[in-house]
Amino acid sequence: MDAVVIDSLEPLVDELRSRGYAVVGPVVRERVIRFEEIASADRLARGWTDVQEPGRYRLAEGAGEMVFSFAASPDSAKSYTQPPRQTLFRMRGEQIEEAEEDAPRVALLGVRACDLAAIAVQDRVFLGGRHPDPAYLRRRRALLLVAVNCAVPGGTCFCVSMHTGPRATTGFDLALTELAAPHRFVVETGSERGEQIVAALPRRPASAEDLAASAEVSRDAAEHMGRHVETEGIQERLSAHDSPRWTQVGARCLTCTNCTMVCPTCFCTTVEDATSFTDGTAERIERWDSCFTLDFSEVNGTPVRGSNAGRYRQWLTHKFSTWIDQFGMSGCVGCGRCITWCPVGIDVTEELANLP
Amino acid sequence: MIGGPHPMTPALYRVRSRRPDRVDTVTLTLEPLRGECPPFHPGQFTMLYAPGVGEIAVSISGRARSGGYTQTIRAVGAVSAALCGKRPGDVVGVRGPYGQGWGLRAAAGLDVVVAAGGLGLAPLRPLVRALLGDRCGRISVIVGSRAPDLLLYPGDLARWTRQGADVRVIVDHPDHAWRGPVGLVTRLIDRIVFEPRRTYAFVCGPEAMMRDTAAELVRRGVAPGRVELSLERNMKCAVARCGHCQFGPLFVCEDGPVLRYDRVAPMLAVPEL
Repeated sequence: MDAVVIDSLEPLVDELRSRGYAVVGPVVRERVIRFEEIASADRLARGWTDVQEPGRYRLAEGAGEMVFSFAASPDSAKSYTQPPRQTLFRMRGEQIEEAEEDAPRVALLGVRACDLAAIAVQDRVFLGGRHPDPAYLRRRRALLLVAVNCAVPGGTCFCVSMHTGPRATTGFDLALTELAAPHRFVVETGSERGEQIVAALPRRPASAEDLAASAEVSRDAAEHMGRHVETEGIQERLSAHDSPRWTQVGARCLTCTNCTMVCPTCFCTTVEDATSFTDGTAERIERWDSCFTLDFSEVNGTPVRGSNAGRYRQWLTHKFSTWIDQFGMSGCVGCGRCITWCPVGIDVTEELANLP
Repeated sequence: MIGGPHPMTPALYRVRSRRPDRVDTVTLTLEPLRGECPPFHPGQFTMLYAPGVGEIAVSISGRARSGGYTQTIRAVGAVSAALCGKRPGDVVGVRGPYGQGWGLRAAAGLDVVVAAGGLGLAPLRPLVRALLGDRCGRISVIVGSRAPDLLLYPGDLARWTRQGADVRVIVDHPDHAWRGPVGLVTRLIDRIVFEPRRTYAFVCGPEAMMRDTAAELVRRGVAPGRVELSLERNMKCAVARCGHCQFGPLFVCEDGPVLRYDRVAPMLAVPEL
């Protein structure tokens, strides 16, 4: 289907909801852009922008009627593809039952190109190996992705370096480009589901001017990346296991796990077991874990990576190097969340640049 | 099409028998409630689930006559203690078998050195049995134990000797009755006969013991590519999705636990990798 133009998001949100999707989009909550379910397009973070730097995130007013004038939220699609906590199974007596997890339909509105790339990374991790995860597949199929092409990259963004953005080229059902004067959205479709939804909206064909303006948004965004990573030779540089840089960054790192929690591709989990006091049912829960915790690598009571430096090296090396060995792709999509949300402002791009 | 059970859902097995091996170690024989035990390669492991308590990786040490797995567990934490406390008739969860086992075929026609430290004998037991079943070359089994009363599978060691293997035991802390050698397992390498350039070695034990043993074998002329180690890392899932067992680019659960020394020696030299 050729690109079309819509003037308002209201019919889109309504259409998605009428099709049974919970629409999850960017809203302002506690002065941060967060993603949560919205009942109407009025709830979206219209008129807000953000300022992101290492260890710093501030909202600012002044984007007028623009709805998507901000960069990455601390929330990503990961919460929906791989929930922070999920019950794996319950066991009672000599019966074991997988948790009947229904995968409700969710439409994620405002997903960026880096986040689409992150979902592709997760698909590879959870579906591409020897033991594909049927629950992940159910959630993934229930997820409808409405991408938004970035117009205002953040100070910590480097998707251009990681070749994941700023324009959404694949992996979406719909992709919007927000344009000003007059305020409107160019809509591209990437799936049959997306086409059916667009067909139900008030729309007009995109003109040559609309398409040129849409392309210009991405060209301009690509020129305003806040950060840069040299990916050439990155695996060789990360093989410097004994660089003094690791000790230096380890001295700054609080091992708070923030970077791994906001990272849209970090997939590590642990399990928790419990038995119900009332009926004796045993339950096993899988939840997000982080390689920055001390017990993550523990074997027979002793952690393999006891030092902050060892744990930081593991994370950075995995994300940018051994991930490629394991999955044939980088684990980093350049969203910059780990830089922004690091309480001491450790900047992965700086750490990578400082390796020999 | 992806379907079927979730990779994290165990099958239920019943404890058929329980044999205390040492003061802190128990061997369970486990049989599935439904169907048969899947085949396993020596060196593979399962994830054993103590209902409501947790799950740990345990190597398979053999197949009982009844067809069930025998698995030896040392009580070191809450889950292993709960598993050691299981009695015949109790139900546990089992996932697997998982991982890459010992390279039995690669050793064909060569002298074989099997080196075990402590509980490391457990995953080597089915290997030695298979080697003794179809062998021509020399088989040496060297075993290090912290103390004489902590020696695992004494009955098997005696049987392997009768079947033609050169079995030797060394202990770290002897008691009054001990007449054998004292020290680390690497000292036994002096006492066994093998042609280094025609030798294949299988090593399992604490990481320092494996590093030292492999280095000593290589120093004597065994090719690094003919030494296999079974690495131990934290495992929560065994299907390369929880991330805990990573060792450089490897997921020890899927790429290992058995790995060739030529591949892992550089990584073993890196602290905290």
